[in-house]
Amino acid sequence: MEAFQKVYTKLTNITKATVSLKADGVGADEMAMVGGRLAQVVKIMGNDVILQVFTGTEGIATDSEVIFLGRPPQLKVSDQLAGRFFNAFGNPIDGGPEVDGEIRDIGSPSVNPVRRKQPSELIATGIAGIDLNNTLVTGQKIPFFADPDQPYNQVMANVALRSDADKIILGGMGLSNDDYLYFKNVFNNAGATDRIVSFVNTTDNPPVERLLVPDMALTAAEYFAVDKHQKVLVLLTDMTLYADALAIVSNRMDQIPSKDSMPGSLYSDLSKIYEKAVQFPDGGSITIIAVTTLNGGDITHAIPDNTGYITEGQLFLRRDTEIGKVIVDPFRSLSRLKQLVSGKKTRKDHPQVMNAAIRLYSDAANARTKMENGFDLTDYDQRTLAFAKEYSNYILAIDVNVDTTEMLDITWGLFMKHFKAEEVTIKQEFMDLYWKK
Amino acid sequence: MENTKTTGKVAGIISNLVTIEVFGPVAQNEICFIHHPEADLMAEVIKVQGKYAYAQVFDSTRGLKVGIDVTFEGHMLEVTLGPGILSRNYDGLQNDLDKMEGVFLKRGEYTDPLDREKLWDYKPLANVGDIVTAASWIGEVEENHMPHRIMVPFKMTDSYTIKCLAPAGSYKVDDQIAVIADKDGNEFPITMVQKWPVKMAVRAYKEKPRPFKLLETGVRCMDTLNPITEGGTGFIPGPFGTGKTVLQHAISQQAEADIVIMAACGERANEVVEIFTEFPELIDPHTGRSLMERTVIIANTSNMPVAAREASVYTAMAIGEYYRSMGLRVMLMADSTSRWAQALREMSNRLEELPGQDAFPMDLSAIVSNFYSRAGYVYLNNGATGSITFIGTVSPAGGNLKEPMTESTRKAARCFYGLSQARADSKRYPAVDPIDSYSKYLEYPELQAYLKEKVGEDWLEMVNEAKDMLLRSKEAKEQINILGDDSVPIEFHERFWRGELIDFVILQQDAFDKIDASTPMERQQYMLKMVMNVNHTPMNFSNFEDVQTLYKKIINLFKQMNYTEYMSDKFKSFEKQIDELVKQ
Repeated sequence: MEAFQKVYTKLTNITKATVSLKADGVGADEMAMVGGRLAQVVKIMGNDVILQVFTGTEGIATDSEVIFLGRPPQLKVSDQLAGRFFNAFGNPIDGGPEVDGEIRDIGSPSVNPVRRKQPSELIATGIAGIDLNNTLVTGQKIPFFADPDQPYNQVMANVALRSDADKIILGGMGLSNDDYLYFKNVFNNAGATDRIVSFVNTTDNPPVERLLVPDMALTAAEYFAVDKHQKVLVLLTDMTLYADALAIVSNRMDQIPSKDSMPGSLYSDLSKIYEKAVQFPDGGSITIIAVTTLNGGDITHAIPDNTGYITEGQLFLRRDTEIGKVIVDPFRSLSRLKQLVSGKKTRKDHPQVMNAAIRLYSDAANARTKMENGFDLTDYDQRTLAFAKEYSNYILAIDVNVDTTEMLDITWGLFMKHFKAEEVTIKQEFMDLYWKK
Repeated sequence: MENTKTTGKVAGIISNLVTIEVFGPVAQNEICFIHHPEADLMAEVIKVQGKYAYAQVFDSTRGLKVGIDVTFEGHMLEVTLGPGILSRNYDGLQNDLDKMEGVFLKRGEYTDPLDREKLWDYKPLANVGDIVTAASWIGEVEENHMPHRIMVPFKMTDSYTIKCLAPAGSYKVDDQIAVIADKDGNEFPITMVQKWPVKMAVRAYKEKPRPFKLLETGVRCMDTLNPITEGGTGFIPGPFGTGKTVLQHAISQQAEADIVIMAACGERANEVVEIFTEFPELIDPHTGRSLMERTVIIANTSNMPVAAREASVYTAMAIGEYYRSMGLRVMLMADSTSRWAQALREMSNRLEELPGQDAFPMDLSAIVSNFYSRAGYVYLNNGATGSITFIGTVSPAGGNLKEPMTESTRKAARCFYGLSQARADSKRYPAVDPIDSYSKYLEYPELQAYLKEKVGEDWLEMVNEAKDMLLRSKEAKEQINILGDDSVPIEFHERFWRGELIDFVILQQDAFDKIDASTPMERQQYMLKMVMNVNHTPMNFSNFEDVQTLYKKIINLFKQMNYTEYMSDKFKSFEKQIDELVKQ
């Protein structure tokens, strides 16, 4: 910190998350220290300045010292980031030394769309509910829409470790201490810590701090993807808690809330984060897998709703009581970029097989409704039900770990076991190749 | 004029809304530049109160301080119009994205939308002594094999006499190609370039009749059931994941239009990249050349500054009006207009205006209607015709069609292509709901006469009958679900499957299959006729399972037909198999 900085000691207003004072020469988005805590300028009107204090304003007094730092929030980036755990401000929390490196502003500008490359590289996870039905692609952004009791963090950790990413960056927002330790353990046990960087805000930390976590994680991601041309996978959990923090700040600033008490700018705020997912022409890429927890499965709430419009699909987990396992829901899950790879980077029959299987699975759902309503089932209904159970078990369950070609062969096997040729309606050229009955 | 520019100083900053103390006259929607030490930032005045102007900045305001100088430009946000717009990729403010350096967008970097050095083969269309008005054609150059008319600038509201004309030859866009004089003898030089404020409608045409011509899109559920017209307006609302973007891309690739303008308004960057990657590869079926040659892309992706998002739809419309004035058919698509509405909401919120429903501004509906009204089919002053067909997508919050943007758009647009979650869930794409969707144009006697003449005398009856069958099929299905397969007469099952046949063969279309993706009107008519023939054939079934089995076989054969070339041997062999099946 430079010596000549002016110190202010007269706060005019204090709310739970913000303080106001009179000051000159302050820049928009500038960082400051308020009573030794980090804060950021959110509003300037003449010489009235409002700051949001990340760690909350408990104990801040009207004569607390305010020092403006003359810079936006920043992170030091270098290869030393790898294998480390940081808090929302980018300070180490693993007891290790400070990181040396180049100082970068976080929340950097967007990539020029004409400089992007169309994503075309498949990310294999071995989970058939993802690889077969909702194939992921580098440069994609996709959230898990999950209820709080579902094992989304476990699935996400699995996806991350099985993928061939060069770097995995974890942005944890409002993680419970248990989940934080879970991630730490899983990464350690997999012997993968040297390719993982974590920025973690746990539930012990103040909620407003979370607002920095995605930008910190993505600044690190951009360093590895742009400067080092690496394939980077960013995990953001839980984005619902991030949005809640946005709502807290906007509420303290007396902004008019829009749907579900969320700020009117929620769409822009979320898209600034998710749109950092990108495929660069020189091989580097940022892929974002996030978690948006739902309230009782309600996807019409403003947070999942806006997220759905921004991300390239969404993955739903569901417990299938028939087989007693958690599956990737084939109806509600969608990867929008799958057609860039499925049938192109995978076997040609992939899209048709995927669609036929889901259609038959949907027929089974209708049959189940019929059964529950006490109607007689036709022979076809019985067969779809038998198919659905095996399809759930061998394809949709999250414990499946096979490669895509094998997934296709399994599905063809199920088709032939349960159906007649005309019932699967697949293009003749593929029937000729794979229908061996 | 340069000496009299109004100046001001920054007085307050909240995100991208800047309050400016103004020293002089200032206009609503006037453009100003804020002289941030790093770069000049462009902004638009959206409110004036006393000595303060409130401006939305088209860039990040990070580091901006109170007291920084501001210069007002004396004009509104304008587009630059001239040869060389086609096949460009612009941002929402018409900056040429390809001219920008580096991977990341730099704030305050504004690039020229036109190529000032390129030479164009010009030939005059008018004669010295001709009386001309705004949008009169003076000359012509060829832009990507399309005639590009050089017109009297739209801003010139008087009537003028041509004093001199440059002879045919090679010229740069800024070269003088004519001089025109008003009644008082004041002379004005004309170049190939003009500017126009994006928020004003170009009205330099003679008449705007009701649209009457079918616009073929190759998308069966539109052309057959609910056609849009040349110069018509439509909107596609749908929850996320129901295929809005895929449908919109299909329309833009296939529709009969001379010019396609895609406004990617606050949408995903990867979708824009998809257009950048795929359009140059796609061959336009109408011209045999790359589709990109006749396309303009306005890309304001969701992470680009929110104020420029609002501008992007207007920029697209103004460029559309420019090409319409040349007598061309323009297809304009905006994906998604809800993002534009949200941009309005963000600013309204920062201005602390009293909010309407869901915190949207009170005048949302008026803004939307005003925008849609700029589309249309027109007779130009010289008797030629031009059109802008506009289709916007709407992303209803929570999939609820009662939300303000969907309601506002419903009042403004004449065609409604509602995407249904249920159809999307069962992978019935395009997920356009055949029963809720409508085209108001079908009620126009002009269009009815046109369809009778161009498609067939009995076409409309057949379409209406198909719609009835779809509705009755839905009702039958509900009955079957309530009462059970066995407890309803077999006739109910037949009714249900007749609708399914239309659904699977006509409505569902594989946008990713080379042949099925686009169906010409002739083939659509042929297929519908065939399907209706099957549905009209009396059949005797002993039990409902036979109905299901037979119709599944027929559907499968029809689907194979959809995947094969029209009237090819394979196509005919499938047709024959269907005939035989039905006869049994």
